[in-house]
Amino acid sequence: MNKTIITVVGKDAVGIIAKVCTYLAKNQINVEDISQTIVQGYFNMMMIVDTGNSAVSFGDMARELEQLGVETGVHIRCQREEIFEKMHRI
Amino acid sequence: MINFFEVSETNKMIEQEKLDVRTITLGISLLDCCDANLDALNTKIYDKITRVAKNLVSVGNDIEREYGIPIVNKRISVTPIALIGGSACKSPEDFVTIAKTLDRAAKEVGVNFLGGYSALVCKGMTQADENLIRSIPQALASTERICSSVNIGSTKTGINMDAVKLMGEIVKETAEATKENGSLGCAKLVVLCNAPDDNPFMAGAFHGVTEGDAVINVGVSGPGVVKHALESVRGENFEVLSETVKKTAFKVTRMGQLVALEASERLGIPFGIVDLSLAPTPAVGDSVAEILEEMGLESVGAPGTTAALALLNDQVKKGGVMASSYVGGFSGAFIPVSEDQGMIDAVNRGAITIEKLEAMTSVCSVGLDMIAIPGNTTAATISGIIADEAAIGMINQKTTGVRLIPVIGKDIGDTVEFGGLLGYAPIQAVNKFSCADFINRGGRIPAPIHSFKN
Repeated sequence: MNKTIITVVGKDAVGIIAKVCTYLAKNQINVEDISQTIVQGYFNMMMIVDTGNSAVSFGDMARELEQLGVETGVHIRCQREEIFEKMHRI
Repeated sequence: MINFFEVSETNKMIEQEKLDVRTITLGISLLDCCDANLDALNTKIYDKITRVAKNLVSVGNDIEREYGIPIVNKRISVTPIALIGGSACKSPEDFVTIAKTLDRAAKEVGVNFLGGYSALVCKGMTQADENLIRSIPQALASTERICSSVNIGSTKTGINMDAVKLMGEIVKETAEATKENGSLGCAKLVVLCNAPDDNPFMAGAFHGVTEGDAVINVGVSGPGVVKHALESVRGENFEVLSETVKKTAFKVTRMGQLVALEASERLGIPFGIVDLSLAPTPAVGDSVAEILEEMGLESVGAPGTTAALALLNDQVKKGGVMASSYVGGFSGAFIPVSEDQGMIDAVNRGAITIEKLEAMTSVCSVGLDMIAIPGNTTAATISGIIADEAAIGMINQKTTGVRLIPVIGKDIGDTVEFGGLLGYAPIQAVNKFSCADFINRGGRIPAPIHSFKN
């Protein structure tokens, strides 16, 4: 299991989730959990994905999703799960 | 499973509160490079550093990208060069050739600083130690990335006052040799007492002789994170204050531990320690002084500053030791003046003096750090300040250091600019009364009574 946390932050627009999920599906990356809120027009999403069977490397995924974010007007960031796990769990 | 709140908290620490890993420092032993022929020695040193550290910067960058945590510096520390060059170097000039080799190796592998141009002379000086020390001004003036340190005392041995006297002169000569750049050479030279073998922070990093062939040490940072956490407990009592610092330090250190283990695994080099220090930068919101002010001081330097710093330092350690399997290095709050905007402001408003900073160093790591003083300060006065600071370290069984910059051509009221992480500093006043007769006595200050624990 190689879990990655994807966070998407930015101004709300139509189809943000769809675009991210399309990219993930195309690259065999499974979505395990999604939480999302909109505060004062600002879109905030966190996804936990499994990149165990991913067709792309972590570096490429991070770069391509970041680029997708730029095109959509949001900030997309990929981070390995361990950093959160280490910081918040004993 | 990780929740939304936790992810946001971590990312807010990184994006808004300047949480970062301050340095991954690769310690490399050069003991196996020793050679009586100077050219052969230089070749072996260059080859070993560029071989062992070949992937350091790229691995650091990969970890940075994958975890989304900035790793500000990738650095190298080496075995104290006075030991390595002992048989090949017959003069200070010979040692300078090693400094240049180290500088070339640092540039080749892409690290911004390399520490270990050092001598350990806490009890006595060999001819090689003295040659290295005398070469420091020239070595720092003719290199860019080399950091130098000299350990002049310890709780076990007392203080080598001959070395203290010499270092006062060397600090002045280094200032003179680099006067075109605001006496910048002195920003890369620290005089230590009880120097740790595994410290990842510059300028005092060196790879101790008790270490293995290579080791990964990591220094964490995060003054902004602590300050922000304290904003949420304004007016609460000291128990709440202490708990908040402790919990924050735990989180910061866990991240450092993760990065250290990852770097160690990917480089195939054993993990040494995490240094639990709070290291400020000149950036706004990345200041140790601001933490102390958030605790309730109008300005750092006000009465109560030493107590506030003692609390901060202790709670950082308590939170940090729980988070990492091995801690070491300096481990505590740094209070460099030029690298901390809150400290610079305090000097400018007349709230803090060198004497108050000296008091603060008795409860934190590491010492009188990055303090600009008038260029006409005498070598004996600088030696006196070094001796005072070493005495605090020796008696309290802790590391202390002195990194003073006597800025040639500048006086009180002027400011000196170093640039980058080294920041800028107003010139601070030094006590004008002489200690020359004390410094000129020569010899050693004996080890304190509590060093005899056998």
